[in-house]
Amino acid sequence: MTKLLSMKEAIERFVQDGDVVAAEGFTHLIPFAAGHEMIRQKKKDLVLCRLTPDLIYDQMVAAGLAQKLIFGWIGNPGVGSLHAIRRAVEKGLPRPVEIEEYSHFGLLCRIQAAASGLPFMPLRNYRGTDLPSVNESLRTVQCPFTGEELAAVPALHPDVAIIHAQRADACGNTQVWGLLGIQKEVAFASKKVVVVVEEIVDEEVIRSDPNRTLVPGVIVDAVVEEPFGAHPSYVQGYYDRDNDFYVAWDRVSRSAEGVNAYLDEWVHNLSDRDAYMKKHGAALALRLKPEPHPARPVDYGLYR
Amino acid sequence: MAFAAAREIQDGDVVFVGIGLPNLAVNLARRTHAGGVQLVYEAGVYGAQPIRLPISIGDPCLVTGALQVMPMAETFLYFLQGGRIDVGFLGAAQIDRFGNLNTTVIGDDYRRPKVRLPGAGGAAEISWLAKRTVILLPQKRSKFPEHLDFRTSLGFHEGGRSRESLEAPGGGPERVITNLGVYGFDPETREMVLEKIHPGVTLDEVRAEVGWPLRVQEPLGETELPDADTLRLLREELDPKGIYLG
Repeated sequence: MTKLLSMKEAIERFVQDGDVVAAEGFTHLIPFAAGHEMIRQKKKDLVLCRLTPDLIYDQMVAAGLAQKLIFGWIGNPGVGSLHAIRRAVEKGLPRPVEIEEYSHFGLLCRIQAAASGLPFMPLRNYRGTDLPSVNESLRTVQCPFTGEELAAVPALHPDVAIIHAQRADACGNTQVWGLLGIQKEVAFASKKVVVVVEEIVDEEVIRSDPNRTLVPGVIVDAVVEEPFGAHPSYVQGYYDRDNDFYVAWDRVSRSAEGVNAYLDEWVHNLSDRDAYMKKHGAALALRLKPEPHPARPVDYGLYR
Repeated sequence: MAFAAAREIQDGDVVFVGIGLPNLAVNLARRTHAGGVQLVYEAGVYGAQPIRLPISIGDPCLVTGALQVMPMAETFLYFLQGGRIDVGFLGAAQIDRFGNLNTTVIGDDYRRPKVRLPGAGGAAEISWLAKRTVILLPQKRSKFPEHLDFRTSLGFHEGGRSRESLEAPGGGPERVITNLGVYGFDPETREMVLEKIHPGVTLDEVRAEVGWPLRVQEPLGETELPDADTLRLLREELDPKGIYLG
């Protein structure tokens, strides 16, 4: 059964006001096109969950979509601060945003517990630090076998996961290469899953290399084909990270006016990602295109 | 700093690499005295061989040519919690005399911070689980306070055997490297001790940028400078655009 939708339809149908949203991707495969569509649709009171909120959540927080952030590391990687999020946290602008913070390991354990159908996950961490004093979800549990005390975090089930990938078939069998982040875990942890891909491929392409499938179609609700939908983050083998944009964002985002002007020009005044790419022109794709470096094929064998 | 940090890596170490200077240091070590070093990036890469300097911690150059790419959960569960990491590199906004780190907030009130910092990221678990850690940060008095505004990552806790009494699996900080000098930790009190000073820096200059009465090793050493070949490698091959070296 095909699950193909436009980005507009997928966000309308699967992201509701007040939802816990996990638009994941660790540096790689960040679903910016989906973030922009949530901004265009003026979603409200979202609880935004990501290991690293990155520019995608900085933009969504600046647009006033979020009531809360759940995160592990909140910065502009390799550059500095996320200024819009800092304005929201430090000054309550454009609206106050509650924060709930973990370390990367702690937050991914919350997602992994949910994906595994467990109420919590134990981990070795946090003793002697101040983190548990500001987050009541960081607790301890005693091992029933050794008696030792371990940290424990509760399962986190997002309402919707949005993940970007290189390719999927129309049923949502999704293949990824390069950094895998916590996309698989977050897809299994979430009630709804929207997959955004560079290319839709035939099922037989997926079947020719099943080891590369990260997310099975059975847990996917919508598949959106959106080339360059992860820009200014990147897609391994397709386009490079737009580091210039990440650096430029530091300046743009230092004032609310700067962010608003950006959002007007690049989000509100454009209908979709296609329009965004047309506005950028062909030079963008050319600048970010890597040289080819294909893997050697493996032989799965045919067993009759 | 990059050269001094590279010296902390032994051939064959499995190193959990952060971005920025640690990345430069580890790649320098790999290209000089420690060809057998294995680079693990928390993004889920083992045996990375980046051919350009990665700007972000998830740069695509870490993947191409690596020995393994895995879900991030596996780097934390199997490599770090499984006890397979020899050295972890850390940075911080503040460090105290026992090597505890703050990367969360500046100010007394967590809910109304003067400055909201990035938070723990992978640092809390690296400091808790890696066999040893090396900390790199620029040295300023405000960054070396008597008391941290927030303790994000554990060093030697309150000193003495207090880290051991918390049953930390990892060994804790081994070195702190700044733009002024190199520090170790006293094996008994676990207090930071200035071991080496960079050429051209005076002891008074170092003391002025530390917020507690600083202990100094006697005799105080001087940091070795990189030779011409190493400098050429750093400036022409590893960081040709001067992104980290300026």
